[in-house]
Amino acid sequence: MGVTPIAEGLFTAGERPRLIGGRRKDTGRVVFPIPSGAEAALYDPVELAEAGTLWSFTVQRFRPKSPPYAGADDDRTFRPFALGYVELPGQVIVESRIETDDIAALKVGMPMRLVLTPFQRAGEAEPAVTYAFQPA
Amino acid sequence: MTEVHIVGAGIHPFGRHDDMSGLDQGVFAVREALGDAGVEWGDIQFAFGGSSAAGNADAMLPRLGLTGVQFINVANGCATGGSALLSGYWAIKSGEFDLGVVLGFDKHPRGAFNPEPADWGLPDWYGETGLMLTTQFFANKINRYMGLHGITPMTLARVAEKAFDNGARTPHSWRKQPMAAEDILKSQMVSDPLTKFMFCSPAEGGAALILASDRKMRELGLAGPKVRGAAVRTRVNGSFEVFSPSLDIERGPSPTMIASRAAFEISGVDPADVDVAQLQDTESGAEIMHMAENGFCKDGEQEALIAEGATRLGGRLPVNTDGGCLACGEPIGASGLRQVYENVQQLRGRAVGRQVEGARLGYSQVYGAPGLSAVAILEA
Repeated sequence: MGVTPIAEGLFTAGERPRLIGGRRKDTGRVVFPIPSGAEAALYDPVELAEAGTLWSFTVQRFRPKSPPYAGADDDRTFRPFALGYVELPGQVIVESRIETDDIAALKVGMPMRLVLTPFQRAGEAEPAVTYAFQPA
Repeated sequence: MTEVHIVGAGIHPFGRHDDMSGLDQGVFAVREALGDAGVEWGDIQFAFGGSSAAGNADAMLPRLGLTGVQFINVANGCATGGSALLSGYWAIKSGEFDLGVVLGFDKHPRGAFNPEPADWGLPDWYGETGLMLTTQFFANKINRYMGLHGITPMTLARVAEKAFDNGARTPHSWRKQPMAAEDILKSQMVSDPLTKFMFCSPAEGGAALILASDRKMRELGLAGPKVRGAAVRTRVNGSFEVFSPSLDIERGPSPTMIASRAAFEISGVDPADVDVAQLQDTESGAEIMHMAENGFCKDGEQEALIAEGATRLGGRLPVNTDGGCLACGEPIGASGLRQVYENVQQLRGRAVGRQVEGARLGYSQVYGAPGLSAVAILEA
């Protein structure tokens, strides 16, 4: 797996990666990802829990339009992937790709944990690293 | 207080029209509406109109006549048509004007919309990694709802089956071929649990309504349904909207719930009083959830109501009598006004082949990106 994150400031590196959310200084509301630009000053970075429960999910069955989708696959090689929302207790519900070999076994409420996973952009030599959740 | 009536309604059939621009279809609808009311363009004092992807609405002025009329372009996402109606309603209710037109039209490329992350204030990675599809949002929302409230995939299919049955009876619809629920269920899976025929498609069309004060209506010897109330509301913390990388754990009301409550309050009527409803059905699940969000049933009751045909023509509350977005497609700028056009036909007893007998109160609700809802309640 490559070492270049798909975006700066999205997750921490290392053995136990964490997503980086933003906690709004005046209200305590947590969002993901942490806002950039002028909004950033209103938020403190906060490491999000690495485990949570599946809040909802679906499956992307066709190759999304490019742009914005940047995957190196094409309509023939595209493989459907699961995605959904994972509730991180006491913090926030985050949207994520879901890594699983058994889409049919996904169930709302099941435990999930964060993983980093390669994402091959079209036209790039090495895959970048993005985040996903997988059944724990 | 001044009352607002819809004294004319026009539509350009929805669907695909390779030989017509979106603007052509908007102009067509306005001329139909003027003809329906029997008024001239030169009589019109104001216009509110919009399109999302087919250019400036006021580009129709050279074609309708450069009368100096006050023309305001409306751009409010999927609620553009609903917002045009609300603006016209206020213009007359305020006492400032007596006669005007509200209109919407659109023409979209085929297939799913492809948005740019920056236009939505989102980072590039969100789109690059394949998370920026409206279809995913709808699928995520209904999938959770089905689990919480006991809605089955067959109920999703029945909603689409009804839509195509109603579309087959409607002159302005796009899809006129009935399809059995079993075939809808077995069609290509797009985003689980939603199959190909449970989703509406981007399309083309135009719709226009002539609004008049009660005084002007009498003066001109016209008639038409009264706008009892109308409201537009946007999302609050805790609602679940399209293109949301994160959601609050503490859930809140949807923009549809608050727009609906406001419109019922303004109108002084209850959901039980409504005879016919046009509810946003971007996909089958949306119609099911919107039945509850608009107060027509409790969460979960849809499973039995739809099985017993309560939302079909002849049922207790017919929903999307012209086939809705599923059978008409969704030209964004025109879609909300199509719903109101259909209610006008129903309340005037002109909905040939799909008439809800004795309909007195018609309800319409359009919902969409980036998280807003527009409701209008009409009375015959």
